[in-house]
This record gives sequence, C-alpha cells and structure tokens, in this order.
Amino acid sequence: MRLAFILSEIGSGLRRNLTMVISVILVTFISLTFVGAAGMLQLQINQMKGYWYDKVQVAIFLCNEGSAAAGCASGPVTDEQQKNLEALLRSPAVAQYINEFQFESKEDAYGHFKEQFSNSPIVDSVAPDQLPASFRINMKDPEKYQIISETFASQPGVESVIDQRKILEQLFSVMNGASVVAVVIAAVMIVCAILLIATTIRLSAFSRRRETGIMRLVGASKTVIQLPFILEGVIAALIGAALASGTLWAVSYFFLGDLSKQFQDTPFISPGQTLVLVPALFALGVILAGISSLLTLRRYLRV
Amino acid sequence: MPTRCGAIRAMIRFENVTKVYDQKARPALDSITLEIDRGEFAFLVGASGSGKSTFLRLVLKEDRATSGAVYVAGQNVANISSWRVPRLRRGIGVVFQDFRLLPQKNVFANVAFAMQVIGKSRSVIRATVPEVLKTVGLEGKERRMPHELSGGEQQRVAIARAVVNRPGILLADEPTGNLDPTTSMGIMGVLDKINQNGTTVVMATHDDDIVNEMRKRVVELRNGVVIRDEAKALYTSMIPIVGQSRRLKDASGIDDLAGPGRVSPDGTSSGEAMQ
Repeated sequence: MRLAFILSEIGSGLRRNLTMVISVILVTFISLTFVGAAGMLQLQINQMKGYWYDKVQVAIFLCNEGSAAAGCASGPVTDEQQKNLEALLRSPAVAQYINEFQFESKEDAYGHFKEQFSNSPIVDSVAPDQLPASFRINMKDPEKYQIISETFASQPGVESVIDQRKILEQLFSVMNGASVVAVVIAAVMIVCAILLIATTIRLSAFSRRRETGIMRLVGASKTVIQLPFILEGVIAALIGAALASGTLWAVSYFFLGDLSKQFQDTPFISPGQTLVLVPALFALGVILAGISSLLTLRRYLRV
Repeated sequence: MPTRCGAIRAMIRFENVTKVYDQKARPALDSITLEIDRGEFAFLVGASGSGKSTFLRLVLKEDRATSGAVYVAGQNVANISSWRVPRLRRGIGVVFQDFRLLPQKNVFANVAFAMQVIGKSRSVIRATVPEVLKTVGLEGKERRMPHELSGGEQQRVAIARAVVNRPGILLADEPTGNLDPTTSMGIMGVLDKINQNGTTVVMATHDDDIVNEMRKRVVELRNGVVIRDEAKALYTSMIPIVGQSRRLKDASGIDDLAGPGRVSPDGTSSGEAMQ
C-alpha cells in the first residue's frame, strides 16, 4: 500500500513538473555524455598503448622473413645472433642503462597483436610468422634511448630499434588534452544539473506543500514524505544517464566503426568496451540527484 | 516530579514552559504550567498573540520549548528523537480554521489520505473511512469534491481526517473561525461527540457564543500567561479578573489561578482583563 502510494505520488509529481523534468533529463544527458566521452578517450588511449607501452620504452625488433632492413640481408635472425644480442644486453656496458628486458617471441607477439586489434579486420590477415620477435627493454632513464639505438641498430639480426613512446606520445597528449576539455565541460554541466535538480525539487515541494503539510500533521514518516521527491530527481537523472549511454554506444558503433575501417593499423575500442562506462554513468546520475535532493529537502521540506 | 503513572492521567502537561521566538520581544509563552486530563474538553481562549497557537505547536513538537517540559501522553516531547516525531503526531489529530483539504481529491480520498500516508492497508481504509464520515455526519457524500461542499461540511471532512487514525488528542485551532453561528454549533456537536468517545479535545477559539454554550473548561491566555483556568466556564469570567502583569515571573502565583475569579497577587492594573 505504502509503495503504491509513493509510486502514485512520484507519477503525479513528474506529470506536474513535466517541463522541469525534461530539462533535468537533458542537462544530465549532456553532462554525462561529456563524462562518458572523457572515459572513452581514456579507453582508446589504453587500447593504443597495447601490451608493452607502460612496461617498456624501447623495442629491438629482430629480422624476420623478408625484412628489408640492411642488417637483415642474411635472412631471418638465427639462434646464435639472438644469443649474442641477449649477451650484449647483459654486458655491463649496456646493462647499466637497463632495468630489465624481456624477449617477445613471434607467438607472444601474435597473442598481443590479436588482443590489441581485436576490433579490427586486420587481425584475420596476419599470421604469427609475419610478426617479428623482439627484445623489449625497460630503461633506467628513457632519455638514454640513443645509446641503445646506436649499440644495437648495426648488430646482425636486428631489423630496427624503436622508441615506441616517441611515436605515440604526441597523439596521446592531444587525446589527454581532449579528455581534460571534456571533463571540464562535464564538470560545468554537472553543476548545472545539480542546481536544476535542486530547483525542480524546490518547485515540486512548493506545488505539493498542501499534501506534505497534511502528511506531516497526520504523522507520515520522513521516508514517505521525502522519498517521492528524491525519486523524481533520481528517475530524471537515470533517464539522462540512459540517453548518454545510448549516445556513447552509437558513437563507438557508427563513428569508430568507420574509423577502424579507414585506419586499419590503429586499434580502436569496440562498442562492447564502451559499455563498461554505463554503470559508472548511471551511478553518477544517481549520485547527482541524491546530492541535490539532500541539499534541497533539508531546506525546503522539513519534517 | 510526578510519577510516570501520574503523568499518564494527564494527556497534556506543561511544566513551567517558556517559549521565546525573539530574544528582544516578550516570550510567546511565559512559564506556563497546565494539565489537560485524558478525555477532557478544554477551550483555549485569548486575544491574537496570547500564545494559543504556540501552545498547540509545542504539543505537536513543531517547535521546541525554550525552557520547561511538555509531556504528551506521559512522554516528555523533548526526549522524542526527530525520527519518532511522526509517531507522536499520529496520536494527535489537528483541525484548522481553513480546513486544509486537498482540492483535487474527493471527500473519501481526503480522509483516506491520512491513512494511506501512514501505510494502512486498503481494506482497513475501506472499512474505517465510511464509519468516520458517519460520525461527522457526512454519510453519502463520499464522492463529493471539496468545492461542492459548504464550509461546515468541509470542516467536517477535516475533522474526519483528523480523527480517522483514532488519535488520543484532537487539537482544534479556531475550527469555527470561518463558519456562521449555526454551522459552528453543528461542528461543536461533532467535536463533543468525538470527545464523548474518549478523545481529549483542546480547542483554541475566539468564539464566545460557543464557549458560553458548551460550558466546558476554559483556559484563558494573555501575553503568554494563563490568567484564568475554570471548569464549566464562560468565555469571559463572571467575576472580573484583575490584570496580570507579564513581569510577574513567580510561577506559583500563576498556578493558584485555577479557581474562578481568583485575584492575582499583583492587583495594580485592575479592569484590564475585561475587553
């Protein structure tokens, strides 16, 4: 009975304040979309970093079948060349600059590749043999990349020495900048959303002051009096969160889907991955509505 | 101090209660000591600003007494935590001058609202509401909207709503203030009937005809002080009361005013009581 009563109160509250409720929905929708966009950018950065980015700075790619580099004239790397390279990495002259290094076999490389490009059609056209084996090096001081490069580039069996960070860092700084902009816009919109929800609840409390006054007098509990107001805000925020989630999914499905066909060598996040943001958006929406109703009800709906 | 048993006989008990809204102004209630017993019918009379409404607000714990203790059904309301205040209010029905009905709900729904919000089941509501509407004389008008009712009928709905949860106390704040004398007497009949059923009724009023007609206990307030407390009394005392200086803080002097026509110790401004 009490639940049915609270639900009917919520229904009448939403109907009476329809225009305000719609604006709450739209503002939470926009603010949560920006929050989600920032989240998607971070997911995309993680995707592009791949398996090695946070662990190592320098990769020494070994010669493969058909490598065109000068050091690979004698064909793919031999076991002996590989042993020599490993010995050189352990020699004091080089070891002093290195924290640690790992060997990535062709099979390992294929595994990591499949993971990173799981959303790209390119994964089907690559076989383990096409990927080079490599030494992945974690530097004590990443700035000393030059030393490693000079030492190894001319060694037999080495195709190339690459500082992966240099390649991606600029792109990532642009994407991080975009994330910051999105978060700032989201923060402003969230403030708007909180204020708007507070105003809506205030109006709602005012238009229903007769009812709430009588409820107080006949001894209705705080929950019965305040819950409909809180839930009105929460419902509006949840609808906003649902719209934001739908928008993010649509962006990743249509926009990123197109991009991944155009740029096959870049790994993109899948629509499924953006769904991890959905619970966060819903939680944020509920928290927004909760905070603003707590602040408002304390002032305008004393029991 | 009264024992718990003794306190329970008194439905409402004020012990040296003072209420100050504004430090600079005089107190709204000034060291009031008063007891209203279970099943009693008491009028609270006095000019506007004499403290009648403050008295009612303190019983409902809408306000907190500045000093002194308010007991309702034996319980000191100061000791009731805020989340238990609704429970206190379920034991008290309230009726106002302006009825305070919900305009978009019909008679039945207005009365049922008071039961819905405290979680009564539909079947209990269906059984109880018609019974209460019969008590207040509104049989067959369940489906009317408030604007289709006369003032007296609207007030009967308000009374039905106030008593539908069977409170031990009914507080009425000038319930006949908007009604003509004949209608007012009808309302008084309803209140009397509710009182006969065992509910303690406290009614604040300006209506001298009603008070004179009913011959119930009369508590007269002026400037926050009880200046008269008579059983079976009239709106104005038959014997002129000597004016009560509000500077008189000696509570024992006020306590002794329980009999008719008692003269206060401060006899300097006589005649002020007659207005």
